[in-house]
Amino acid sequence: MSSETDHHHQVDPRSPEVRTEALEDLLVEKGIVDRSRVDALIERFENDLGPMVGARLVAKAWTNNDFRKRLLTDADEVLTEEQVQGAEIEHIEVKANEPGVHNVVVCTLCSCYPWALLGLPPNWYKSPEYRARVVREPRKVLAEMGLTLEADTEVRVWDSSSETRFLVLPEQPENTDHLDIDHLAQLVTRDSMIGVAKAKTP
Amino acid sequence: MNKVEILNDSMTAPPRLNGELVFEAPWQSRAFGVTADLVESGCFSWEDFRTRLIETIGAWESTDPGSRPPWDYYTCWVNALEKMLSDAKLLDPLELEGRSGIYARRPHGHDH
Repeated sequence: MSSETDHHHQVDPRSPEVRTEALEDLLVEKGIVDRSRVDALIERFENDLGPMVGARLVAKAWTNNDFRKRLLTDADEVLTEEQVQGAEIEHIEVKANEPGVHNVVVCTLCSCYPWALLGLPPNWYKSPEYRARVVREPRKVLAEMGLTLEADTEVRVWDSSSETRFLVLPEQPENTDHLDIDHLAQLVTRDSMIGVAKAKTP
Repeated sequence: MNKVEILNDSMTAPPRLNGELVFEAPWQSRAFGVTADLVESGCFSWEDFRTRLIETIGAWESTDPGSRPPWDYYTCWVNALEKMLSDAKLLDPLELEGRSGIYARRPHGHDH
């Protein structure tokens, strides 16, 4: 990430900073956008929505087989029951990792992502390299990210769209049956729910 | 961009409710927040916006690597938003051009 900043006195009117400020001000002046609503939305996405929402669901699925089955067959219904904020705007499918099968999620065209469960996507998820390469050579990309899969493990790559967002249900780490949901949820990283990592071991 | 380093860095990020760095600069969060507000108030749908975001990302990707600017997701986002605002007749591109020009000529120190 470059930390270079522009110190020229003449700022480029095409720069996204300037365009963003200008368009927000114009929309506010026209009464189309409300600045306090924008503040509240940013606050919500920065602070209230995040991977802990998804992590709790995963932990609950690990401890409750019936819940797990329903999460895998009708995630939308489960999210409504669990009163997950923002779930109403997304159709979500949950894909379970199991011995011999590993799932990984991408959005090849832009950046579709299960916001309600994971918050906003990390930068690498939006990068052209990840979007293009994880489809072409998933094993190699996963290995570069620190996840080396067995040669006979089948890799399933799920391409998100505006209609369907995916969440990976990672495998529960061994010797964690004694842990409660709160502790289990701490093992469920954002990356494990995108499918580029395994859940942590305690 | 050192991709591996960025990827590795993200691996160490623990899941947490707060503190996840989702925007790298204030203008990125404003661009996102304005878009979300326009969607919430029914000016256009996420799907309408997404179509344009795919177009701007696709345009960057199909430009010769030697003659395109470095990859920046939120620059694509702002370009898509401008197109969306123009298509939805919410903001005249010339008006935006004019205001951006005024802001760009402000004395240094008033631009951030």
